[in-house]
Amino acid sequence: MTTPVKNPETRVKRPEESLFKRLTRQQLFIPVAALVLLVLFNLVADYKFFAVTITENSLGNTVLSGNIISVLDNASELVILAIGMTLVTASSGGQDISVGATMAIAGSVILRMVCGGQVTADTMQMNLILAVIIGIAVTALFGAFNGTLVAYFNIQPMVATLIMYTAGRSIAAWINNNQLPIINDLAFKYAGTFLPGIPVPTPIFITILVIAVFWLVLKFTNLGLYTQSVGINPNSSRLNGINPQMIKLLTYVILGVCVAVAGFIRVSRSGSINYSRIAENIEMDAILAVALGGNALSGGKFNIYGSILGAYVIQFLTTTLYKYEVPSTALPAYKAVVVILLVVLSAPAVREKLASMKKAPAKTVKEVS
Amino acid sequence: MKMKKILGLALAAALALSLTACGGGDKPSDASKSNTPAGGSTSQQPSTPDPAPSGELITVGIINNDPNESGYRTANDAAMRATFTEDNGYKATFYNNNDAAQQIATAQQMVQDEVDFLLLSPASTTGWDTVLKDAQAAGTQVILFDRMLEADESMYVAAVVSDMPAEGKTAVDWLAAQGLSEYNIIHIQGHMGSDAQLGRTGALDEKVNAEASWNYVTQQTADWDEATAKTIVQSVIDSKKPFNVIYAENNGMARGAAAALDAAGITHGKDGDVIVMGFDSDKWAFEEVLAGRWNYMGLCNPLQADTVDAIIKDLAAGKQPAQKIIYTPEQGFDCATLTQADVDKYGT
Repeated sequence: MTTPVKNPETRVKRPEESLFKRLTRQQLFIPVAALVLLVLFNLVADYKFFAVTITENSLGNTVLSGNIISVLDNASELVILAIGMTLVTASSGGQDISVGATMAIAGSVILRMVCGGQVTADTMQMNLILAVIIGIAVTALFGAFNGTLVAYFNIQPMVATLIMYTAGRSIAAWINNNQLPIINDLAFKYAGTFLPGIPVPTPIFITILVIAVFWLVLKFTNLGLYTQSVGINPNSSRLNGINPQMIKLLTYVILGVCVAVAGFIRVSRSGSINYSRIAENIEMDAILAVALGGNALSGGKFNIYGSILGAYVIQFLTTTLYKYEVPSTALPAYKAVVVILLVVLSAPAVREKLASMKKAPAKTVKEVS
Repeated sequence: MKMKKILGLALAAALALSLTACGGGDKPSDASKSNTPAGGSTSQQPSTPDPAPSGELITVGIINNDPNESGYRTANDAAMRATFTEDNGYKATFYNNNDAAQQIATAQQMVQDEVDFLLLSPASTTGWDTVLKDAQAAGTQVILFDRMLEADESMYVAAVVSDMPAEGKTAVDWLAAQGLSEYNIIHIQGHMGSDAQLGRTGALDEKVNAEASWNYVTQQTADWDEATAKTIVQSVIDSKKPFNVIYAENNGMARGAAAALDAAGITHGKDGDVIVMGFDSDKWAFEEVLAGRWNYMGLCNPLQADTVDAIIKDLAAGKQPAQKIIYTPEQGFDCATLTQADVDKYGT
């Protein structure tokens, strides 16, 4: 009952607030600020970072290349995973740590299908779209397995998905009889590299497509609303006629589908797979993207665009570090610094402190006037 | 509600089981405990540390790296598993892990279980002293395969290994023979601290330090990973630094590097702008060299199983191996001279 009364109050107050405070209150403030910071750093350190050149690749296609293209291209898998991870986080208040391992499974299934069981195949043995659909079905099934453990057995998401995290890569290897299959068909690599005659890497288009699908789904269905309400309070959602278990399960299945798409992009970049290394530690990046996006890791309200921006920030950071020849083994340490900053900045105690620091001078100004 | 609780408990139990199964140490012990009855010996005495006489199975503990690490390792692991079978007179326990600490813990367990032979492909060259001493005390004979470790020769009976420094030297000598006026090298390293990485890096480091015309454009580890290698090369291309050599310490990483070159339209291989070099024995990599897309592949022979088998059979018959360290025959292959016959002979 109190909410309607409060609302007009805040509405009246808002114009008095400083621009800084209004900005920092925005959920997208952190990822946008991080992105701006990275862009500024690269502009000052070496503006050539942003140069995009037109070259001809070895197949005779005219293609764009440059750091920015690399960022957009290489972030694709992470962006797609981050979207699914956001929904899972919102509904169940926990994260799926098995996405890297299930990406290996998806890649393995797809390669097994297109190679037809051979170790090296020069032409695809199966329609690619069919193979991808089978890959999606398999990881959706694994998503359903995770979701069932979380929704119906009330197991902590991180513990429930630990099973697939541990077993996933072995399952992926088992699917291909421990062989490392290689497909040399150029058409298989279209999705991971370039379509003939198109200068922009295909993963960028796939990512845009996935984002568009989620935008439509969230706009025209109640998925977003239901996911939020389940995440905020499963009991009251049940009283309102939502089946919280069903919604949780659904979000894990959706993440499973995202995993298959990401896995497909990853294997079609090279046409091969290395089970123990493919998408290693990507689950941590995906969770970091969700956190960077200003989403509460304890669930509830969410914003997938924040996570998407977060994913691009992470890739931007990685590419920047590579440019400055930071050893690839040291990258996690730099990411850790980002995580620490983030966690500290988004902690309620720090936020309150920041707000009150800004408030104090504002008040004195008011008194003078 | 009760039903749910029971199901939950059952699931938790299953989880706990699956976790311990992956926990390394337990697996070998279970397997080797069940060895004695399976071995067919009528006496219930603990297995003797000496090699078992003919008619009885020889127990071996085999510590290897993760077979999914690379094509080389897949071939290596498959050969070991195909050789050390019951049909061939062995009761073998396998353990695969890229983590040296886990390997050491499992090796310790195997020694305690008194296996006759401990076959090791160490993930790192150091940290094995205690295990080797314990093995000697327990009468377990240690044979190294594929990779060396830092220890006195008296600590193992034989080593069937690739000579990694020689592999690196052969590759660097080949590169020097190409007579480029300037060598601007992208060096993509394997898992840091492994025998293969140390040997292959060592030779190149030495040359780059000695020659003024040899420079590193970048020297980074990709941890044997193709995608990371691709990112590293892509980043060099994006920064527009000139380079003409890619020295990748295994074939997977060379493949990733070549993919980055292809995407940027930089020619490589025979008559190309960039020399691409890889290592190991994968058949597809041989084909890349044969087709002239790569310039060089240093063969690292993964098939030591037969040699190790012969040594064990000799030891069981009371015959010491003629040499302590046996290097598997290896060589470098140039795209100009490689033939289909070589591919069929050495490709795995």
